[in-house]
Amino acid sequence: MRVPVEWLREYVEVAPGTTGADIAASLVRVGLEEEGLHGADITGPLVVGRVISADPEPQKNGKTINWCQVDVGDANGTGEPQGIVCGAHNFVAGDWVVCVLPGGVLPGDFSIAARKTYGHVSAGMICAADELGLPDDGSGGIIRLAELLPGADLVPGQDAVALLGLDRVTVEINVTPDRGYCFSLRGVAREYSHATGAAFTDPVPTLARRAPHGSDDGFAVRLDDQAPLRGQPGCRRYVTRTVRGIDQGAPTPAWMATRLTEAGMRPISLTVDISNYVMLALGQPTHTFDLASITGPIVVRRAAAGETLKTLDDQERSLFDEDLLITDGGDRVLGIAGVMGGADTEISGSTTDVLIEAANFDPVSIARSARRHKLPSEAARRFERGVDIELAPAAAQLIVDLLVEYAGGVADEGATDVGDGLPAVSIDLDLTLPTRLVGVAYDEDEVVDVLRQIGCAVEVSGDRARVRPPTWRPDLTTGPDLVEEVARIHGYDAIPSVVPRPPGGRGLTRSQQARRMVAELLAGRGLQETWSAPFISAQVLQRLGIDVADPRSQAVKIANPLSQEADLFRTTLLPGLFDTLRRNVSRGARDLALFEVGLVALPDGQGRTAPTEEPGIRPDDATLARIRAAVPPQPRQVAFALTGERDRTAWWGPGRGADWTDALEIVRDLGQALGLTLTTAAAERAPFHPGRCAVVTVPDGRTAGWVGEVHPKVCEALELPARTVAGELDLDVLLAASEGDTLSAPVSTYPMASSDVALVVDDTVPAARVEAALRAGAGEHLEAAALFDLYSGEQVGEGKKSLAYRLQFRAPDRTLTTSEVNAARDRAVSRAEQETGAFQRGA
Amino acid sequence: MSGPNTQYDPVEVAALDPAQIDAAVQSAIEGIAAADSLEALKVARTEHQGDKSPLALANREIGALPPTAKAEAGKRVGQARGRVAQELKARQQVLEAERDERILADERVDMTLVPDRRPLGRRHPVELMGQQMADVMVGMGWEIAEGPEVEAEWFTFDALNFDQDHPARQMQDTFYVEPPDAGLVLRTHTSPVQARAMLERGVPLYIAVPGRVFRTDELDATHMPAFHQLEGLAVDEGLTMAHLKGTLDRLAAELFGPEITTRLRPSYFPFTEPSAEMDLRCFVCHGNDPDCRTCGGTGWIEWGGCGMVNENVLRACGVDPRKYSGFAFGMGIDRALMFRTGVADMREMIEGDVRFNSQFGMEI
Ligand SMILES: [Zn+2]
Repeated sequence: MRVPVEWLREYVEVAPGTTGADIAASLVRVGLEEEGLHGADITGPLVVGRVISADPEPQKNGKTINWCQVDVGDANGTGEPQGIVCGAHNFVAGDWVVCVLPGGVLPGDFSIAARKTYGHVSAGMICAADELGLPDDGSGGIIRLAELLPGADLVPGQDAVALLGLDRVTVEINVTPDRGYCFSLRGVAREYSHATGAAFTDPVPTLARRAPHGSDDGFAVRLDDQAPLRGQPGCRRYVTRTVRGIDQGAPTPAWMATRLTEAGMRPISLTVDISNYVMLALGQPTHTFDLASITGPIVVRRAAAGETLKTLDDQERSLFDEDLLITDGGDRVLGIAGVMGGADTEISGSTTDVLIEAANFDPVSIARSARRHKLPSEAARRFERGVDIELAPAAAQLIVDLLVEYAGGVADEGATDVGDGLPAVSIDLDLTLPTRLVGVAYDEDEVVDVLRQIGCAVEVSGDRARVRPPTWRPDLTTGPDLVEEVARIHGYDAIPSVVPRPPGGRGLTRSQQARRMVAELLAGRGLQETWSAPFISAQVLQRLGIDVADPRSQAVKIANPLSQEADLFRTTLLPGLFDTLRRNVSRGARDLALFEVGLVALPDGQGRTAPTEEPGIRPDDATLARIRAAVPPQPRQVAFALTGERDRTAWWGPGRGADWTDALEIVRDLGQALGLTLTTAAAERAPFHPGRCAVVTVPDGRTAGWVGEVHPKVCEALELPARTVAGELDLDVLLAASEGDTLSAPVSTYPMASSDVALVVDDTVPAARVEAALRAGAGEHLEAAALFDLYSGEQVGEGKKSLAYRLQFRAPDRTLTTSEVNAARDRAVSRAEQETGAFQRGA
Repeated sequence: MSGPNTQYDPVEVAALDPAQIDAAVQSAIEGIAAADSLEALKVARTEHQGDKSPLALANREIGALPPTAKAEAGKRVGQARGRVAQELKARQQVLEAERDERILADERVDMTLVPDRRPLGRRHPVELMGQQMADVMVGMGWEIAEGPEVEAEWFTFDALNFDQDHPARQMQDTFYVEPPDAGLVLRTHTSPVQARAMLERGVPLYIAVPGRVFRTDELDATHMPAFHQLEGLAVDEGLTMAHLKGTLDRLAAELFGPEITTRLRPSYFPFTEPSAEMDLRCFVCHGNDPDCRTCGGTGWIEWGGCGMVNENVLRACGVDPRKYSGFAFGMGIDRALMFRTGVADMREMIEGDVRFNSQFGMEI
């Protein structure tokens, strides 16, 4: 909401010398946040000039410019005429104009300097209205002061900034949804008065006193809402006035055009401007019909199926059955109530008689219509926040007054005023509540005073009060609403700062701590943590090779995505991580190791719906259970991706490229860090290389995830570097598996004995199986079994590989003898022979 | 030369002549001192201490002396040999020390080289910021709660007193889930966790909720479709706005330093009444520059919304507002990071460029 300060002064005293910033600072104290200050953005010399001569000079480009000599008095420092080139033609020698001289700055940071153009040195500019941020005076060219300011005493060189009101300031504020009344100068002025104590003059009571009561002489109106929304009739009050004999050629007075422009609305025509002016001044949206185009009566009803309306913006719109309509006689649709009027009853150049509508509509009905038709009009914005129910007759009166004064109209004596109005709200307030909720010791008189100050009627009885909020505050319905009024008028800066003393918490949960540790571990191992927006698409899943049968294709679908390439909530972190990887590569990075921790959503495909409920009601347990059950499971996962060199090549020697072993190493790291034995087994799963993918399992057999080299076709489709390595693990599964304490075994101090064995097995036998067999056979004294060599080639024969293990033995209570060690080794080997078909190399 | 020599003339046994012995010692001392390496010293050792050295020969002659002369000659030769051995040992030590020093000098390397064999990774600074904020809350005795990102509308809106038709519900720029009657959204704030916590944990309750939230904003320098919030909720007997202010002041001081100035100003949120906005004194101009770009000249930077929990929220979550009151607040973690580190373009936070992370340490 833009608040022109000059306009604000009409309703509230603003002390002389008060700046826009001062006003903004006062308003923010009562809850109207500053959005910006406008105006007063012309600096440097802007002066009155008198055209001495204007010589037209045709140019080669077909244009004709005027080479002008302008008397600017002493403003140019010399007193000599100022030579200025001007492209406009709506002036002649002798006219009074506005000149900006070199050194001046116009709105938009437009600096003026003397410059060579069309064969002259043009020392400044003769200004048009729009160049100064003023409303167009209709001339479409430069400003002629004698016409703009008839009777003004003009002197060449005189400062034009103050003369044209260009030093005027507009304060732009943000109005929160509860304060609909502040979408008016009247409302803002009232709040300024609350903030500063300045005297406020409400324009409404005077207007309301002058407004005629509704009578049978008024235009016939029938409220016929057969389908109220949520039990509320769509139209609460409907006031009409009639003004006849309007001169459609009459211009909008300059002061009004200026106020409208400063408030951010474009002046259009007198009738429209008056309607907008009254809306901005008082907060009441109104509509003006061409009386000749309607036969009556006005019937306010809900739309019927199939009805359409061509609205003022020339759009043919299909109406929804919840739309509240203004109709002519019930048949012809004149407009969507409170949202937008129809095109064919619009005021036109031939209109002489008008019917003014000042109505009050149900906020819900207006909000729904505005939303459905995507018409967030100024009127709808006010109605959906609630308009003062008592405002309609006063607003209609102000419109009548302005039409009579400026358009030469004559008002009918009769007026219409129908509708059930609104039931009076009465709040039973415990006068100690403000102190109890705010923590400031207000005395009860203070509470009552504040409530009266904001317009409430208060009846005190003991420590309670019956409070009737003013009609412009439909947002005040509960005790805490009134508490906020007390707190803000008294000042939020009076609230002390007291740190509460909770009973004491448990600190971070084990899972929260473990998650931090996992992230720190990965970062310590050289991986960079990134995050991405969790949106994917069916195409991306397809490019990953994830087919429709894969549960990861059953993603939560966004109804209103930012783009069709991001219409699913991720079921895997990998696409986002791959995007990040690719972005880094495109920016020149080559060696990358990234990880991301985040939620994925894995709906179970049941398509359950979550019920909603009116505010303030706790759903019963069964409903709550349905709400919870409809929310898809969202496990927290960790994903990583590596490309380029894992260990760098440089002056110290050769490095090593990232490969599938790094993926397995990360699994090993995570397992060891969480105190978990994670096992890996060959697996096939998109988007991984079928021969280079492992499924990762926790000790109880649950799957924690998959790691491996990305499938070459996926790398190609996603434009990832070849042989990118990746993995994705379910952190919730890992953390659950690592719950529970580790039991410590005594550490033996007896000597260790080791024995090496080399076993030849078929290529296809996983090393893990060989090692498991060795461990099982070696018995209780085996301390460690480490694969120290892996060989395949001629010496072991086609389709075979040799695995060399160092077995370390130690007893807790004695030194093992050589024969004990050898016996244990032999048992290990024979177990491996039985279980994996291994034979000892060289045996 | 076997058997005792009985016909001898001591003067004629040249090897035992004191002058000769002194000369041999002198020669040895010079030879040892001249040895400039351990190898040269080895040669000198053979020459002056070896079996064929003059003193070794002299020693051998002693046996031939008459018993009366033996003692004196033996003493003289022994002293001479001892002297030589001492010289050798001393020289040996000097030369060995020199050699050791030389080896260490030869092993000198350029300690300004940085072996970036495997560069350290980093946490994302937004995550670190969220952790730090959570830690401040934990330090005050609060607990950390979490919840789903795809969330029921009831938890996101209804429970929080957002009426179906209230403009505030439309202003949230919500991502809705298909089909429209699914009753699911991507949470627009971390506040649904308030409702979950009240229902699941009961009261009194002091929880903070860091998490990711979503709005239908196109990505640009000041907007992200996904960003991070820290939510706080306290419900207990006797809580007031003063406790809210105290908590926020403590959090602000821990994050931005004890000199930070805060203010509450009236605002509106459906889930709080009274409601407030919390502002921080502008870090850049401290309220002294009407043209400041950081605060737009107002001197204040908006940080988060807060207020006393609306009675309808307490009721919806099964808490009796006649007995309990509560306060809640929510603020941007990403914004806190921007304030702390001067990140000017939000895109840098979500793009995952490793150069962005690498500016920061493993804590911020
Ligand atoms: Zn500033």
